[in-house]
Amino acid sequence: MSIGFIVFTLLAIVGAMGMITSRNPVYSVLYMILSLFSLAGLFLTLQAQFLFIIQIIVYAGAIMILFLFVIMLLNLTRKDTVAIRFNASSVFAVVFAAVFFTQLLTAVSVFSKTSLDQNENYLYSTVESIGHALLTEYVLPFELISLILLVAIVAAIVIAKKYRGI
Amino acid sequence: MSVMHYLIVSSLLFSLGALGVLLRRNAIIVFMCVELMLNAANLAFVAFSRFHNDAAGAMMVFFVMCVAAAEAVVGLAIIIAMFRNKQTVNLSEFNLFKW
Amino acid sequence: MESLLPLIILLPFFGALIIGVGGLAFPAIRQQEKAIGTVATLLVFIPFFILLNLFINYKEPIRFSILSWMQIGAFSLEFSYVLDQLSLLMGLIVTGVGGIIHLYSIGYMHGDKGFYKYFAYLNLFIFAMNNLVMADNLLVTFLGWEGVGACSYFLIGFWYKDMMKAKAAQKAFVVNRIGDFAFIVAMLIAYHVAGSLKYEALVGNITGHWAFWMTLLLFIAATGKSAQIPLYVWLPDAMAGPTPVSALIHAATMVTAGIYLIARMSWVYIQVPEVLMIIGAVSALTALLAASIAIAQNDIKKVLAYSTVSQLGYMFMGLGAGAFAAAIFHLMTHAFFKACLFLGSGSVIHAMEHTHAVKDPQDIRTMGGLRKYLPSTSITFWIATLAIAGIPPLAGFFSKDEILSRNFFAGHTYAIYYVYWLIGVLTAFLTAFYMTRLSTLTFEGKPRFNAEEHPPHESPAVMTIPLWILAIFSIIGGFFGLPELFGHGKYNWITHHWLSIEENPLLATQEDFLKEALHPSLGMEIFLITLSIVIALLGVFLALRLYKKHALQGDELLAKRLGKFYNVLQNKYYVDELYERIIVKPFVAFSEKVLDWIDRNIVDGVVDGTGESVQGFAELLRRLQTGIIQNYALLIWLGVILLLAQFLFMA
Repeated sequence: MSIGFIVFTLLAIVGAMGMITSRNPVYSVLYMILSLFSLAGLFLTLQAQFLFIIQIIVYAGAIMILFLFVIMLLNLTRKDTVAIRFNASSVFAVVFAAVFFTQLLTAVSVFSKTSLDQNENYLYSTVESIGHALLTEYVLPFELISLILLVAIVAAIVIAKKYRGI
Repeated sequence: MSVMHYLIVSSLLFSLGALGVLLRRNAIIVFMCVELMLNAANLAFVAFSRFHNDAAGAMMVFFVMCVAAAEAVVGLAIIIAMFRNKQTVNLSEFNLFKW
Repeated sequence: MESLLPLIILLPFFGALIIGVGGLAFPAIRQQEKAIGTVATLLVFIPFFILLNLFINYKEPIRFSILSWMQIGAFSLEFSYVLDQLSLLMGLIVTGVGGIIHLYSIGYMHGDKGFYKYFAYLNLFIFAMNNLVMADNLLVTFLGWEGVGACSYFLIGFWYKDMMKAKAAQKAFVVNRIGDFAFIVAMLIAYHVAGSLKYEALVGNITGHWAFWMTLLLFIAATGKSAQIPLYVWLPDAMAGPTPVSALIHAATMVTAGIYLIARMSWVYIQVPEVLMIIGAVSALTALLAASIAIAQNDIKKVLAYSTVSQLGYMFMGLGAGAFAAAIFHLMTHAFFKACLFLGSGSVIHAMEHTHAVKDPQDIRTMGGLRKYLPSTSITFWIATLAIAGIPPLAGFFSKDEILSRNFFAGHTYAIYYVYWLIGVLTAFLTAFYMTRLSTLTFEGKPRFNAEEHPPHESPAVMTIPLWILAIFSIIGGFFGLPELFGHGKYNWITHHWLSIEENPLLATQEDFLKEALHPSLGMEIFLITLSIVIALLGVFLALRLYKKHALQGDELLAKRLGKFYNVLQNKYYVDELYERIIVKPFVAFSEKVLDWIDRNIVDGVVDGTGESVQGFAELLRRLQTGIIQNYALLIWLGVILLLAQFLFMA
């Protein structure tokens, strides 16, 4: 059990819990960034350097900043910053979460015998190997995903634009 | 260290994300919870990719991130449109489906 | 030759398809009367010539199959056909007489808006009838049986805008359904007992009370299609269709389906003398009843219709006496002269319509003296009249005499047949009488309409040539079955060669039925033949004397002689009224009072109750629709959990 794994795991969970429980969305975003950084650290313990760096750049850097930006943009009032209210459906939600987590634990327990050998090298840790895979075997999904991003950009503009007379 | 440890973390984060989706009424936070669920899945993918030394897991994570980016852009645009409509992002206020 | 066999069945079907669908799709085709008529007629005559070729070179039954319909386990069903002596003969009659009537129809239906439709139906009818007579199993026969029923419905109601005609078509269809139901039940019995529907497989496999019930049910089916008591009422009304249709369907071919069916199943019938005696009783009554009604009718087609019912009664009398070959013989000769009579009446109606002088062109009271104007029609009509009346040496004499003498012989074993024979002789007299009355009132004497203004004119050649062909066959048709008197039946081609037991094991003979060889004495034969001749001549003579001299007053004299009974005859024994009162009215009343209540309260109650309970349940369920997305997500998650549980713990 490596120190890195334990630390990053704990930080990720703290970040996730903090995000869920914060009243203020800005705090939530900050906790979320903590969680995402920790996940990036977990990627590192798995020798996935490339994914580690884009996790930080794309997720923690770009996407979460976009969230923060939107929160600043929307003039949120007291009505929006409500705490968790406990009622019948939230009790159900907690129970379901507990049951679901237990089920997942049962499911993943079959992997208890597997061991990750630290001496073995992960082949897809570097930009070079990932780039090679992306442009050979996975070139079609790669091109398609660029199309999806383009469509998303256009869609975001169309949706968020102000229409006159509507 | 085994794959199971990473999977447990992944499961926990996923369950927390789903719980957040159900508990919070603020649309932006709900949306962030969805992102957390995606990340939990990513962790599992990386762990398996590492274990099998296979490109598929890493590729999947890469594509998930791209899709998450696209989703975030569109989702936030929708939230802006919603806010413009009702001056709030509290999901309790959006009950057009009510009987 | 082998490859031509399916054409016998398929050509008329293609004709119906091409003409019917083509006419529907391309209105321009409908105007091409000559083309339509020629194609339709050819598609019937080609099968006729194929059959004729097979008939001349006949050695053994020919089998062929068109397609396999279904295969369920051991039970297989094919559109397979067998051409043995019986079905070849029937096929020749159907396509031959049918083809002639097609030819005639070209002239008769000229200018009708539904010309293409008419020929499509006519071809479809020939297709169905060929299926009926050539099938080698009961089910395909049944398909043909239903097919001719449907076609007759289309054709009787051909001028469906006239409510009376539409109703006549409906009546024919509904009455036939009763018989069809009996057919289905008989078929089920056959399959239950013999495990097959093939005719050959049925022989000898149906015995005991099963045989009794099956034969009885098949006879009930036959009373529907072949118009016997109690289901004959549809046939006189069926004259609402175009006249050639009456000739084709209600005289020459379709109504013979019942005769054919019983002849086909003759091996089963001879096991149960009781059923044959029932057939004899019913048919003798029908023959007498219909013949007596025909005396008092004034509609030219009605008279012929009742005469058809009566002649069908004769055929069934032949069947009833176990003389299946004699019945088929009479079927053949009857097809010739009855088709000739109907087509002749069509020609007369055609001419009367063109005079514009009378309201009802079918009423013989307004005719008279037509011989001057319609020479061909009147000569052929007279030939056919004498043929049906039983004047030697025309066709009807031989076949009718054969049936009567066979009944007489059967009386030696079962005495009741003497009674049937007596009724038959009486009917023969009536037949001669009413047919002569019809011809005399139509063609002889002075015109009872305004002939100067619009003199009626003879029909075109396309109509008179068929009449002549049929008239010639009405003369020579009888020589196929000369009576026993001549060389002990050596020259009786029908009974002793074509439909004999050695040649066709599927057709039983009277000897099989009576279980003794018949050796009637010469004196008895001469007596029977002489009686037949005398009776026929007497009928013709009396009618001629009465109507030639008195014309229409003859009816009054007859009415005076018969008293109130004449009224009963004119009203057809009130059978329609009786059926109306004891079946239709109570049924309608029952529907109105009881079924209506059940429908309103119970059926509707169930339907409404279903609707209301669903509504109530929905009222509860709608509470689930809170409109808050997270509640929906919660339920989705519940589903995920349940599915996961299924995968984890059940697998």
